[in-house]
Amino acid sequence: MELPEHKEAAESAIGKPYKWEMVIDLDRCTGCEACVVACHAENNIRISGEEETAQGRAISWIRIERYWEGDYPNAKVKFVPVLCQHCGNAPCEPVCPVYASYHTPDGLNAQVYNRCIGVRYCGNNCPYVARQFNWFDPVWDEPLAEQLNPDVTVRQNGIMEKCTFCVQRIRQAKETAHGEGRRVADGEVTPACVQSCPASALVFGDRNDPNSRVSRLARNDRGFHLLEDLGTHPAITYLKRLA
Amino acid sequence: MESAANSSGKFPRINRDLVAPLLTTGRPYFLLVGLLACIVAVGAGAWIYQIETGIGQTNLHPPIFWGIYIASFVYWIGVSHSGTFISGALRIAGAEWRRPITRIAELMTLITIIVASIFIFVHLGRSWRWYYLLPYPNQRTIWPDFRSPLLWDATAIFTYAISSTIYLYLPLIPDFALMRDRIGGWRQPLYRFLAIGWQGSQRQWRALKMAIRIITPLIFMIAVSVHSIVGFDFAMALVPMWHSSVFAPYFVAGAVHSGLAMVVVGMYFLRRAYRLEDYVRPAHFDKVGKLMVAVTLTWGYLYFCDKMTAWYGMIPAEMVPLMSQMTGPYALPQWIMVSCNFIIPMLTLTQPAFRRWPIGMMVVGILINIGMYIERVLIIVPPLAQPRLSYNWSSYFSSGVDFTIELCLLALGVLLYALLAKFVPVISIGEEKEGRHYDRQPEHR
Repeated sequence: MELPEHKEAAESAIGKPYKWEMVIDLDRCTGCEACVVACHAENNIRISGEEETAQGRAISWIRIERYWEGDYPNAKVKFVPVLCQHCGNAPCEPVCPVYASYHTPDGLNAQVYNRCIGVRYCGNNCPYVARQFNWFDPVWDEPLAEQLNPDVTVRQNGIMEKCTFCVQRIRQAKETAHGEGRRVADGEVTPACVQSCPASALVFGDRNDPNSRVSRLARNDRGFHLLEDLGTHPAITYLKRLA
Repeated sequence: MESAANSSGKFPRINRDLVAPLLTTGRPYFLLVGLLACIVAVGAGAWIYQIETGIGQTNLHPPIFWGIYIASFVYWIGVSHSGTFISGALRIAGAEWRRPITRIAELMTLITIIVASIFIFVHLGRSWRWYYLLPYPNQRTIWPDFRSPLLWDATAIFTYAISSTIYLYLPLIPDFALMRDRIGGWRQPLYRFLAIGWQGSQRQWRALKMAIRIITPLIFMIAVSVHSIVGFDFAMALVPMWHSSVFAPYFVAGAVHSGLAMVVVGMYFLRRAYRLEDYVRPAHFDKVGKLMVAVTLTWGYLYFCDKMTAWYGMIPAEMVPLMSQMTGPYALPQWIMVSCNFIIPMLTLTQPAFRRWPIGMMVVGILINIGMYIERVLIIVPPLAQPRLSYNWSSYFSSGVDFTIELCLLALGVLLYALLAKFVPVISIGEEKEGRHYDRQPEHR
């Protein structure tokens, strides 16, 4: 939450609040998983060994889902990067008994780590399986422990976590911009996954700015939302693959 | 001296038979309690290990965030309906044959609520922060979120625990007074306190009757609401096969099914251990057996409604977990469950001769409980294992650690029952005498 005085200053400078959204162009995604690696490095996500990964307990805030079509040798693979959809009508939020999962005024679906007690209802109720749980305390092999991001909390055993749209970067950009008495400009905030995508399949920005790149792309005819019929109003618009 | 005192009064035999277990303790009892205490200690160790290392010891992993702890919680809350729903229903109906079994069932309720509540804490990822669930004033001015079904659940179970304790306590007051007068030693001050000055006057009896008459329908309604809310924990979610409007009554029916079956198991073992053959007679097993047939049919009907609507609707998200239970990897436990919960009880309990056979009734009672436990696991796991985005499909089987904790908490339940049975008579002396009184004056029946 922003302090009230900040909020007032910000409101006069920026007018409308932000609505952070993302567009993922499936036509551009090559499935290289650079986004996955970047996300791990930026957000202090715990490292899992081979055994833990095989048991299904490796944590990724963004993953590349692979779906196969047709039989060999005419098999085709389709990649779908899936991360927290930051739903406008999020199923994970009302089921949390302690308000650890809550909606920010910016439209982010926030997870308050130190509030979470690990009942894991949110994990069940997320149709995108975007939520990840810390089944054990995190460990980093040397020298990985030396590269932790000081802007991001390290999460303890027993806590739910998930994609934050790199809220630390959003916060930083907002503070800089609001300090200068202006609105955050398009392209000023880039989450780690967007920054590292070599094909520029991922685009991030403020949907309340009709001229931002993300707004223009989201209006594309190819646009759809994942499991749209559930009425969750995701903040991520996928652009359908044609090729 | 004590035994002479016990055999006095208007009903010397009842006093002697039913107070005796509280006075004499044999070697097998100490062996049983010692063994159970050791098992419970192992469970405590397993829980500490799980807290120290992490909840990952349970084999849970995305997308299966809930496993057998929640299943056990639901199961044990279900068993607790023995003492509220069943004893409540029989009291309301004025069924005379209830007298020797109400206390057996009500003690079960108290203990199973305790066991079920422990499972909530065992399940939490950070159990040391459990108090965030309480609405307590704090400097961050955050209250728990009452939109969450889990909080409805916590509220319901708290209410249920308090009210069922009162419900157990009220008919106990005359018994406590009796024991205050007849049992010396360290227990006497406690009995004196719990008897709250009961003298057995006409006025006191009238007040007690009135209190029981008021609380009985209330406890009955609370019992229905509690398991409905446990059903809501699932039905309110977006998970396919959970999001079902029949879940609340279906859960209540299942709860009564396992509760009633557990009463039969309790009746059998207490009757044997305490030589209560004259009080818990084959006629009582017969009556409970008839009730079980009705409950089996109700459960089967709701099970059919739940599965049938999902199957006929052919919604892909629901068909996948449904078919994985009917013909897929979960088919074996599914059909074991249907056999234990429906087929076997229908084949056996409809036979009058079988219902009067205590051992057979006990075995069917245990089978129903196994079936209901499997049912709770199957309600939770298959729908979670196959979410809408098929890339994330997975499977789950419990690990050693969580299964150890399960078994040890079962031992805790038995241990608590064994200990309580040394403190309160397992058959309500007051109610039993009242029944005999009515026997002599048939116009009161």
